[in-house]
Amino acid sequence: MVKRTADQWWRLLQSVPDPEIPVLNVVEMGIVREVIPDQSRVLIKITPTYMGCPAMDAISDDIQEKLREPAQQEGLSVDVELVYAPAWTTDWLTEGAQQKLEDYGIAPPGKTADKRTLQGEAPMVRCPRCKASNTEMVSLFGSTACKAHYRCNACSEPFDHFKCI
Amino acid sequence: MSPRFEYLLRLGDDALILGQQLGFWTGHGPVLEEDIALTNIGLDQIGQSRAWLSMAGKEEGQGRDEDRLAFHRDQHEFRNALLTERPNGHFGDTIARQFLFDAYAVPLHDALSRSRDPEIAAIAKKCAKESAYHLKHSRGWMVRLGDGTEESHGKIQQSLNGLLPYVGDLFVSDASSQTAQEEGWGVDLATLRPQWESNLESALTESGLERPKATPEQLGGRLGRHTEQLSFLLAEMQVLPRTHPEAKW
Repeated sequence: MVKRTADQWWRLLQSVPDPEIPVLNVVEMGIVREVIPDQSRVLIKITPTYMGCPAMDAISDDIQEKLREPAQQEGLSVDVELVYAPAWTTDWLTEGAQQKLEDYGIAPPGKTADKRTLQGEAPMVRCPRCKASNTEMVSLFGSTACKAHYRCNACSEPFDHFKCI
Repeated sequence: MSPRFEYLLRLGDDALILGQQLGFWTGHGPVLEEDIALTNIGLDQIGQSRAWLSMAGKEEGQGRDEDRLAFHRDQHEFRNALLTERPNGHFGDTIARQFLFDAYAVPLHDALSRSRDPEIAAIAKKCAKESAYHLKHSRGWMVRLGDGTEESHGKIQQSLNGLLPYVGDLFVSDASSQTAQEEGWGVDLATLRPQWESNLESALTESGLERPKATPEQLGGRLGRHTEQLSFLLAEMQVLPRTHPEAKW
């Protein structure tokens, strides 16, 4: 049968959701770094958002599960490898991902050229619910390692902000 | 033990013990946000530890992975700095311990990100983003408590006084540390002290806290000589994988 190209493997990976933020897939998250099909296997390189991200094992399993059958059709195995370099940055979230995050109720990160979030000096973060810019940071740490906790002063709703790193 | 294995164990054990300690705060934080903050930081530490210990295991070449190193070594084989095993105490004690460590971790990861070893540099660059964030948090609390009420000031000053004698291990310069520097894959940990001092001084100035008069330094963690606190911690951390050695989640 015809072998899938790397592009086609990438497209398959777009059907693997992030376990913590299911509105995004692992490609949109920027977690998948390289896809290398060869004669015997298809190698997927993934990188963690945070060193202790507990979702990495689940993501690796989900990728295995999704690709196993298509790979078997070609007589290939699936290998998922964890890489640390270069370090993940929120700049790798795709364009569409930013909008999806906001629609899901998570204020998306700005670009890392703006280091204020990392320094804890909160930049203007728009409320994902009522779009007001009158918001304040409640805590540097939120529901997962990649998010900070905010509150909207206009509609009083608490919300998560994807930390910009 | 090769100097490199020794060095990687130190990095891994510091993060592991600190991460385990912070994990004990789960469900016990003074407010929900701080409960989440401490456990988030703990999670980062465990993740960092996993990367260093996994590398240490490969360096040793005896087939020990990060779990084997974490769960199947005894107290005298651990290389964490004594500071990291000081008891959690109250919130201020934990914050002061974290601050003293973060003020060291930031220059450490910065220096290691320039390592000649691409894997060490990669892990350090990742850790650097996290330790900068941790320092922001712990330093913020040092200032808030130090510059807070009479009670909070008194308590955090006492925490600081009690912990400062234990920081010496962080800056021990010995064969392992010096080899790292000479061969360019690491940094002599003693060279980080001036940056740590300056992080400490700036926080003290802003918080109105005072540096106690010089006290004798307690050393030993890097040689495997620990305080009794570590044995309680290891007992709790290791009991499950030692009781069921081949168990899988």
